[in-house]
Amino acid sequence: MLSTVLPYLLSGISVGGQYALIAIGYTMVYGILRLINFAHGDVFMVAGILMVYISSSGLPLYVTIPLVLVLTALIGFLIERMAYKPLRTAPRMSIMISAIGVSYTLQNLVLYITGGLNQFYPVIPFISESVTIFGATTRMVTVITPVLTLVLVILLVLLINHTKIGMAMRAVSKDFETSQLMGIKINSVISITFVIGSFLAGVGSILYFSNYTTVIQTSGAMPGLKAFVAAVFGGIGSIPGAVVGAFIIGICENLIKGLDIILLKAGITTQMLGLTTFSDAFTFALLIVILIVKPTGLFGEKTTDKV
Amino acid sequence: MMTKQVNPIQQPQKSVDSGKLWTALIIVLIYAGVFIAEQTIPATSMLFTVLKKGATYALVAVSMNLLNGFTGLFSLGQAGFMLIGAYTYGVLTIPVAQRASVYQYYNGGIVQFAMPIIPALILAGVFAAIFAFLVGLPVLRLKSDYLAIATLGFAEIIRSIFQWDKLGSLTNGSNMLRLFPTFNDFNIKNANGEVTLYLSTLVPFVIAGVCIALIVALIHSSYGRAFMSIRDDETAAEAMGINLARHKQYAFCISSFFAGIGGAMLAMYSNSVQAKSFTSAMTYEILLIVVIGGIGSVTGSCLSSFLFVACSEWWLRFMDQEQYIGTWKMPLLRNGFRLVVFSVIIMIVVLFFRQGIMGKRELPDLFRRKPKAAKGEMK
Amino acid sequence: MNERVLELDNVTMQFGGVVAVDSLSMYVDKGEIVALIGPNGAGKTTAFNVITGVYAPTNGNVKLRGKIIAQGHPTGKMKKLYAGTHIGEYSRLVSNTPDRITEMGVARTFQNIRLFKGMTVLENVLVARHMRLKAGLLSSALHLNLHEERRIRQETLDLLEMLGMEELANENATSLPYGKQRYLEIARALATEPRLLLLDEPAAGMNPQETDELSDFIRKIKEDFKLTVFLIEHHMNLVMDISDRIYVLDFGRLIADGTPEMVQSNPDVIAAYLGVDEE
Repeated sequence: MLSTVLPYLLSGISVGGQYALIAIGYTMVYGILRLINFAHGDVFMVAGILMVYISSSGLPLYVTIPLVLVLTALIGFLIERMAYKPLRTAPRMSIMISAIGVSYTLQNLVLYITGGLNQFYPVIPFISESVTIFGATTRMVTVITPVLTLVLVILLVLLINHTKIGMAMRAVSKDFETSQLMGIKINSVISITFVIGSFLAGVGSILYFSNYTTVIQTSGAMPGLKAFVAAVFGGIGSIPGAVVGAFIIGICENLIKGLDIILLKAGITTQMLGLTTFSDAFTFALLIVILIVKPTGLFGEKTTDKV
Repeated sequence: MMTKQVNPIQQPQKSVDSGKLWTALIIVLIYAGVFIAEQTIPATSMLFTVLKKGATYALVAVSMNLLNGFTGLFSLGQAGFMLIGAYTYGVLTIPVAQRASVYQYYNGGIVQFAMPIIPALILAGVFAAIFAFLVGLPVLRLKSDYLAIATLGFAEIIRSIFQWDKLGSLTNGSNMLRLFPTFNDFNIKNANGEVTLYLSTLVPFVIAGVCIALIVALIHSSYGRAFMSIRDDETAAEAMGINLARHKQYAFCISSFFAGIGGAMLAMYSNSVQAKSFTSAMTYEILLIVVIGGIGSVTGSCLSSFLFVACSEWWLRFMDQEQYIGTWKMPLLRNGFRLVVFSVIIMIVVLFFRQGIMGKRELPDLFRRKPKAAKGEMK
Repeated sequence: MNERVLELDNVTMQFGGVVAVDSLSMYVDKGEIVALIGPNGAGKTTAFNVITGVYAPTNGNVKLRGKIIAQGHPTGKMKKLYAGTHIGEYSRLVSNTPDRITEMGVARTFQNIRLFKGMTVLENVLVARHMRLKAGLLSSALHLNLHEERRIRQETLDLLEMLGMEELANENATSLPYGKQRYLEIARALATEPRLLLLDEPAAGMNPQETDELSDFIRKIKEDFKLTVFLIEHHMNLVMDISDRIYVLDFGRLIADGTPEMVQSNPDVIAAYLGVDEE
């Protein structure tokens, strides 16, 4: 039994960690701007494409990886400056539409550059190697992801709780206007939020695409949506919430992928039910359930509208 | 005091409204133009592709606008409801004789009858509306962006369900539905199979036109005002006795009804249906059409649908191929460049022309001289 | 004789640790003009929001013409706080959404004007007629109720004429001057055919002359529409001028009630208002 479940569980934990790195970007931006940054999944995809192109130039990995991360962070920064900052006083719907527009633009740009063909992700030695855990063979990336994710999250939480910029971030997410009046440079706080979010998405993309091996312009859409669901699930605005949510979603999704085989081997069913089709749908069903039962998510704070 | 006294304000409305007259004239001319063009220009012309797809998109965009622009519900479930409409139409109209070949992996499927086109279209809308009703029960309580993401999620779930192998005898699983009646079946043919009267563009125009006219009538009714009051201020609307849950549900179901019909039309346009093509990217595309046309303007949605389709299918197509002026090769042009140009245009509209083409204005407004309009827009 | 139009019985509204309204009991009789006054943050608007169904009370009940329209009993954490005081008394929970309460004949205006921004003056008032519409969705959407629609428009125009706003009917609502917007809110409330009208600071931002006009106007509509009026107001001249009775709230508690004379001489009220009085 365990040997049937374990591979799915392992890849669930791994994917969960990758979702967590993307989800943090969503949750931080939402915490500060109350914006669902629809383009975030595409930033993640662009990071993958950057890796493909930069590594094909023959640069060594120790240059390529930092370069990709820096460029991804820069893209996040530029998107905020160009597409969201001009709309700061506009209705919320306008900013959301702008985010959708950015997502559309990034996908089309990548389509143009790549010609719409699957790009093979470079093999990164060490993390692509095979490894055997409890009798299940998997890749090193599966093991590295949760560890790296947790390290980065701890660093981020330290940054937010113990530095001046972290304090400014917390202040802005509590009360946008007041912190502005208190002399906090709102724009730099927002920029830093986008930089951190994009940087983490960049790390996530290296891990994710090492696992999936190809990148195409639409590769970011699904992981992006799922990471967003994870952020909502955990309580949007809460970083630990996003991480927990991401792991839960990653694990459940992969268990559903394997559910047919698990049920078959356990003798509960006698034929394949084709449940794999629902591994994506499950995430959204979970989203809808959580929104209805507890709209503030697992760790979210309750707010009331003033009449 | 409440008796019939002639009111000074009502007079200008009762006198001939030049705006409405011009609008009626323009609409008649458009339809006449389509009819004549169809009889005179070869049917293979790109013009007709654009007109057919444009009419379909216009309906879908207007139905989305009813929800997002007039009721203020930011829903991103459009593709899901179109999918239901498209599948309903496809499943119900494939001729019985063709079913064995369409459902080749599912022994011809379980549906063993075929309906005429118009009832199937209406049922396409009805099924989409029923589904919207069920989806609406839980999600319509959610606020703006949560509603957006929940409806988007539902659209994805619908897409998965329709691809599920176990439902294959109904939906054909992840395989295409095809061989159902398409727009070309509206052409009238003689015994030799030669077309005597071309109607394949006019009929979609009529279907979309009737649906859009119904939506416009709704918007101008008391219910339309109630929808707009919800958009402007939910709390105040509720204090005025508007039942929020019921009216949001109405708007959601009606919008989905027409999205369903739009989906069926899209199936007719593209000659086949496959669940995997109804992605959230399709919803985004329609949303962007609505934004370019102007959120809250039916005329704007129609105009921008045709512009969008014309640009993407026809006018900007040249950008996707290498072009030479004399011997000089134009730079940048290759596959995908059109979409890049498109994206840039969209971002410019979103960032700098937030009103879109029409803002909140409608066609008749363009012909009315509004002395006080300037004052109203000062705000 | 005196029909009790509105009655609050021991109403408490608590948000987390903040008790916005604390065990408020009061009533308004038919044909009265009653004012609710108190310093900023005393819980006046919260009381309105409980009456109109925006919030469900934490404890207590609200009666409209003798019938309970909102009732709360403490749940969750609140249970401990109120345990013992009303055990078993409110086993059934009654809650109405604001639209149901409006339908029962309670209309309100808002402290911070809430007109429908994208709509004209006429349309703003027409919206308030919507719930009294006899035609269903289909016949209304297909414009089969032309007769009814025409009648509603005519009545609305008559109402606007009474307010001297008929020329502004096709203006955008938010392009009106501030004072006119307040009147438009009242017109909109009147169009719902209320029997009880709740006015939340109707004179806010008005100068003394406009305030005087407003008191005459409130008296006039009270007679013309056979209304009972319950208002929140800070302008003491207006309150003392038109109210039959006054309730005074401070920190959510009722500290005084009675005729204007009685309230004016009440030492608690003077203390509460000391240095706060705007007059």
